[in-house]
Amino acid sequence: MDYDVIIVGGGVVGCAIARELSRYRLNLLLLDKEHDVARGASGRNSGVVHSGVQVPPGSLKAKLNIAGSKQFPKLCRELGVPWRRVGKLIVAQHKSELAKLTQMLGTGKKSGIADLKLLDKPQLKQLEPHINGIAALYSQGEAIFSPYMLNIALAENAKQNGVHIKLNTRVVGIKRLENKFKLATDNGSYTSRYVVNSAGVWADKLAQMAGITGYRIYPCRGEYRVLDKACAKMINSMVYPVPVAGYGGLGIHLTPTIDGNILIGPSAEYVKGREDYRTTGPVLNKLYREALQLLPAIDRRDFIAAYAGIRSKLCRPGSSRFTDFMICEEPKLKGFINLVGIESPGLSAAPAIAKHVGKLIAKGLKLAPNPDFNPRRKVETRLDNLSGELVCRCEQVTRREVLAAINNPLGASSLSAIKYRCRAGMGRCQGGYCLPRIVDMLRETSNEEITFHGPGSHMFIGATKELLKCS
Amino acid sequence: MQLKRELMVIGGGPAGLAAAVAARRAGVRDILLIEREDCLGGILNQCIHNGFGREIFKESLTGPEYAQIFIEQVQLSDIECWTGTLVTELTAGKRIIAANSRGLHRICAQAVILSMGCRERTRAAVDIPGTRPAGIYTAGVAQNFINLRNLMPGKRFIILGSGDIGLIMARRLTLEGAEVLGVLEKLPYPGGLPRNITQCLEDFNIPLYLKHTVTDIHGKHRVSGVSIAKVGPRGGILPGTTRKLACDTLLLSVGLIPENELSKAAGIKLDRLTGGPLVDETGQTNIPGIYACGNVLHVYDIVDQLTKEAEAVGRAAACYIKAGQSQLPLLRVQAGSGIKYVVPQQISAPGKRLLSFRVDTPGQNKYIVIKSGRKIIKRQIKQRVNPPELIQLEVNLPELSPGNIIKVELK
Repeated sequence: MDYDVIIVGGGVVGCAIARELSRYRLNLLLLDKEHDVARGASGRNSGVVHSGVQVPPGSLKAKLNIAGSKQFPKLCRELGVPWRRVGKLIVAQHKSELAKLTQMLGTGKKSGIADLKLLDKPQLKQLEPHINGIAALYSQGEAIFSPYMLNIALAENAKQNGVHIKLNTRVVGIKRLENKFKLATDNGSYTSRYVVNSAGVWADKLAQMAGITGYRIYPCRGEYRVLDKACAKMINSMVYPVPVAGYGGLGIHLTPTIDGNILIGPSAEYVKGREDYRTTGPVLNKLYREALQLLPAIDRRDFIAAYAGIRSKLCRPGSSRFTDFMICEEPKLKGFINLVGIESPGLSAAPAIAKHVGKLIAKGLKLAPNPDFNPRRKVETRLDNLSGELVCRCEQVTRREVLAAINNPLGASSLSAIKYRCRAGMGRCQGGYCLPRIVDMLRETSNEEITFHGPGSHMFIGATKELLKCS
Repeated sequence: MQLKRELMVIGGGPAGLAAAVAARRAGVRDILLIEREDCLGGILNQCIHNGFGREIFKESLTGPEYAQIFIEQVQLSDIECWTGTLVTELTAGKRIIAANSRGLHRICAQAVILSMGCRERTRAAVDIPGTRPAGIYTAGVAQNFINLRNLMPGKRFIILGSGDIGLIMARRLTLEGAEVLGVLEKLPYPGGLPRNITQCLEDFNIPLYLKHTVTDIHGKHRVSGVSIAKVGPRGGILPGTTRKLACDTLLLSVGLIPENELSKAAGIKLDRLTGGPLVDETGQTNIPGIYACGNVLHVYDIVDQLTKEAEAVGRAAACYIKAGQSQLPLLRVQAGSGIKYVVPQQISAPGKRLLSFRVDTPGQNKYIVIKSGRKIIKRQIKQRVNPPELIQLEVNLPELSPGNIIKVELK
């Protein structure tokens, strides 16, 4: 099939673009090499809608961040993604950091963020009795949400509105034909007038396939720890340290999640592997130590999981230079839109990035409204479901919810795909209770191999007793 | 609609079954036993090895056989059981909310027995860095897949932790045709019972690496190997001792946590040392009429002991229902030097009282000293003490002077 636009990469940016373009009568295809969407940085971050206070005013990052974050309430409502304003505190621990807070207040005001204020120690204590600090910058408007839930919801809504989504499909070559592109993949080849490169940490490599050199992504890993829901009451807002120049991230912070956990992290460490999602002993210890500085009440026993994500940085290791998002239609390759270096605040900016890319495409394609476009995703609300057999005890997930996750519209089948959709297995026992039950449900519905996160990650090697017969 | 019962038992494993039957025999008519699985018996259903029942029945039964005896007693006593039902909420007023395929149920009772058992500690609890591939299982989950679901999780295993489940699984995996490269224990002594070391490891030539731990997990999609290293006297990794072992599965047997989320939400006070509720000699928690027994209280090593004590708790709950009240604790019982924990943590009434405790390190020719205030009330020599083996001693407390502290020490 000949497509109008092929989007490469099913992260939050790619899926937001797909959904945005599905407002128009276009033939759209989204490709991702993984077995599900949200497998890269989009599913591995703090889940925060930033207001824009941490980026330099006037930059593309600031512009798209501020515009994007304003779209969140409506977007999340349409897609049925829980979202909550909790506010963000940037907490000074020492007098030497006070000047930086004042400076950030100034920057924020310049960027047009109205609801910023400085808190003194008593005000900070009143808001966050468990947090250590002498003063804080409070940004009331900032919100939390589940980043992979938004990513999945965007993809599902895009699909509902006619976007073709092919998972397990890796682009291996890009050829320029007369007025279109031919994308060779390990799962067929596809042609299209426009190509949107939202390949995240692989965006420079994908651009290279199209002959565009000059971009270079430096993968920068961030590790996280997850705290038990029992700790939820320890903080009300997001709590950040005062940023240190050259750190490569926002500093190790505490983020309440929409589901009631607290995240500690992320660290920032340049690594070679673009998908080297390892956690490491020294960093995990560092996360614990630095989190204790902010929140001394943390107990080691309350850690329930750890994970890592990779930032796609344009800024080379050792440099503290600010690098902006690179979003453009390549002047030398009309129809090829590159999005490179979409690191934080890419998630907050995603809705605005999608509109921005829509405008770039409108220059070359006639965008007629899709009369069937429905911005609302069909979702079942949790409360209706709570009566019924509970499959996951920690997160109180019912059989019906797990079944809905198994039969998800994208057809992603793995234990992770189920976990990300209904939270079964994300609680304190990390699947000890629900895993056998979910495996039973999967075996009842299909004969497919049960994997942890797609091809190669098989959970079992066969039947116990058959194995005995063979050996 | 709210249902009413005299006694509710939460959890239908060995503790809940024994407590329910004992309460019935002590005259409680109206009992509801709630179990989240579709059948009664709890974790015993997946423990298909034998060795259960030696103390009570003087023979070696398998887990399902042992459980079946009590399941039949429950059925013969005509105790109402709701299986496939999960209790989602418990209040100090002894009201619960339970969910099952028929919907949500609100039930209140005069007394409640908590017998929810325990859960396994996970990778995060022991902080193993590395990748997150398929092939990392807790020992109990692997046992469930192999024994109840006929699913084999892997071929080449490393087992971290020498607790009893890890040892039992080393043997089971070998019997099922898998290769167990070794069992690693970070402490200088094994975490499981000596008989399991002999019967599960030595008899099958499975190496036990004491003072070793897993420092890294490798593999992107499926475990491809783990790094292991020696552990120094202070618990740190000894530099230069790290080596990589190729395997496809890592089994974690790194401890059990009494399952007390319901208890906490109801305002029941927990002991940091056991992870279970603070109880008196009758198993009563700080909320009068709410009792705890079995692994929810502290993790037992032999089910026979657990059964006997759960029966006593069932009888105590029956007394409470009859009397409509119970005695309040007068004395505290504390773990002194060399002792990991003691249960019960409180004493409410004078008489002969059984104290259960564990030492924190193995030793030989040690004195167990039990003091009431400054006065030594019991002194006993033990040729061998070992943390995996629960020690039980009876003390006679003819009178209680309120506020006094009973302390168990190892000398």
